[in-house]
Amino acid sequence: MIDNFELAYALDTFYFLMCGALVMWMAAGFSMLEAGLVRAKNTTEILTKNIALFAVACTMYMIVGYSIMYPELGSMFLSGITGDGVADDNTYAPSADFFFQVVFVATAMSIVSGAVAERMKLWAFLAFAVVLTGFIYPMEGSWTWGGEAVFGLYTLGDLGFSDFAGSGIVHMAGAAAALAGVILLGARKGKYGPNGEVNAIPGANLPMATLGTFILWLGWFGFNGGSVLATASIESANAVAVVFMNTNAAAAGGLIGALLVARLLFGKADLTMALNGALAGLVAITAEPSTPTALQATLFGAAGGVLVVFSILTLDKLKLDDPVGAISVHGVVGLLGLLLVPLTNDGSSFSGQLIGAATIFVWVFGASFVVWLALKLIMGIRVTEEEELNGVDLSECGMEAYPEFTKS
Amino acid sequence: MKLITAIVKPFKLDEVREALGDLGVAGVTVTEVKGFGRQKGHTELYRGAEYVVDFLPKVKLEIALADEMVDSAVEAITNAAQTGKIGDGKIFISTLEDVIRIRTGETGAEAV
Repeated sequence: MIDNFELAYALDTFYFLMCGALVMWMAAGFSMLEAGLVRAKNTTEILTKNIALFAVACTMYMIVGYSIMYPELGSMFLSGITGDGVADDNTYAPSADFFFQVVFVATAMSIVSGAVAERMKLWAFLAFAVVLTGFIYPMEGSWTWGGEAVFGLYTLGDLGFSDFAGSGIVHMAGAAAALAGVILLGARKGKYGPNGEVNAIPGANLPMATLGTFILWLGWFGFNGGSVLATASIESANAVAVVFMNTNAAAAGGLIGALLVARLLFGKADLTMALNGALAGLVAITAEPSTPTALQATLFGAAGGVLVVFSILTLDKLKLDDPVGAISVHGVVGLLGLLLVPLTNDGSSFSGQLIGAATIFVWVFGASFVVWLALKLIMGIRVTEEEELNGVDLSECGMEAYPEFTKS
Repeated sequence: MKLITAIVKPFKLDEVREALGDLGVAGVTVTEVKGFGRQKGHTELYRGAEYVVDFLPKVKLEIALADEMVDSAVEAITNAAQTGKIGDGKIFISTLEDVIRIRTGETGAEAV
């Protein structure tokens, strides 16, 4: 016989792990999305980056990241994490919490890879991944989900900051790191002309980009749904169901919003903008998927989808070259997501959201800028012009993604 | 002997091939090519930025023929490949000095 508590413990742990596995699968979504939106000559390298950064994130978060972010729960190398979680008032295994947290770190780092695609050195990128996943992200994570004071000065939770599943903590943070990298890296050769013209560099494989978006959409149910942290009671099961419903609604709203705006602005249905719109909808709802109504979630998502198109166009005007739109999707719309929270959640305030967003952005952008700059001075972060023209697949990985296709 | 080089719209290839087959043409070499003519290129939009497609995809057929077949082949290609819209392509005819069948070593009209 098992009693109700044991059943709830087992169910919550199982739910947590399955949601973590769904979020892990988002790494595949990012890989496919990014591989689809770069040119064929840069495919192997972006895939290498995506799968290697996932491994780096898991390893760094195991070594120090988790213990920095949750000083009370974890220690270096996760020693002692194998006990049960009952004593900590958790109804799930502590190692399940680590597993769920670690895939979020990887998500933040995945955001960076798309923005710096097609021109960054692979090893400089992975060196940055070590620092972001082992230190920069865990620090801001400790101030938010970890509940620690920001350098001992102020505590975001007390100020009314609320970020349910990480519009700011994960998505905007990843985008801030990406923005610092893009500024120091410069645009891809040929992207911007001398007279202010913006040149298109079409992605090589839109079926792959679409599959990647579907995978991310699916994985997001784990991302937001798992962030309820429990499902083994009527209350938490209801919350999970609402989160699933709203997450899906926001993605749908985002896609429709972006597709319509692209049609109005460009006269054609731009698939890549629609894909970005779905992701923008998801990012917009991530900060608070549990309190909006389904209609509100759809509208929040649509707002994200509309905003992301204008953001992408604006970044291009500023000559910030982001081949996949990651900074717009995760950064600009991540901020929007944070600012939408007080509309439906009385436990948060606009001032708290603004201070939280500023804290995350200033820290992640500033620390990332220093790290990128150091890497630039030490080893260089950009491939040579010739390597860029020939494609980083050959210069960084020594193999092509499609060696049997004739180049045209 | 003549060498016919025909540039046609890609979706017309099957019809041209059928028309030539009906004439009894024994062999055609087909290449996917790009180029521009009076049709010129066109402008497309990707994520709000314009890009120009300067070279349009066409199909190039190369056919070696005995002199007496040239006129009927040209007629067959023209009928099959014509849409009446700009970009239907061109046919070039040049003199062919010699042809050699690699398997047997036959030359000239025997090898066509």
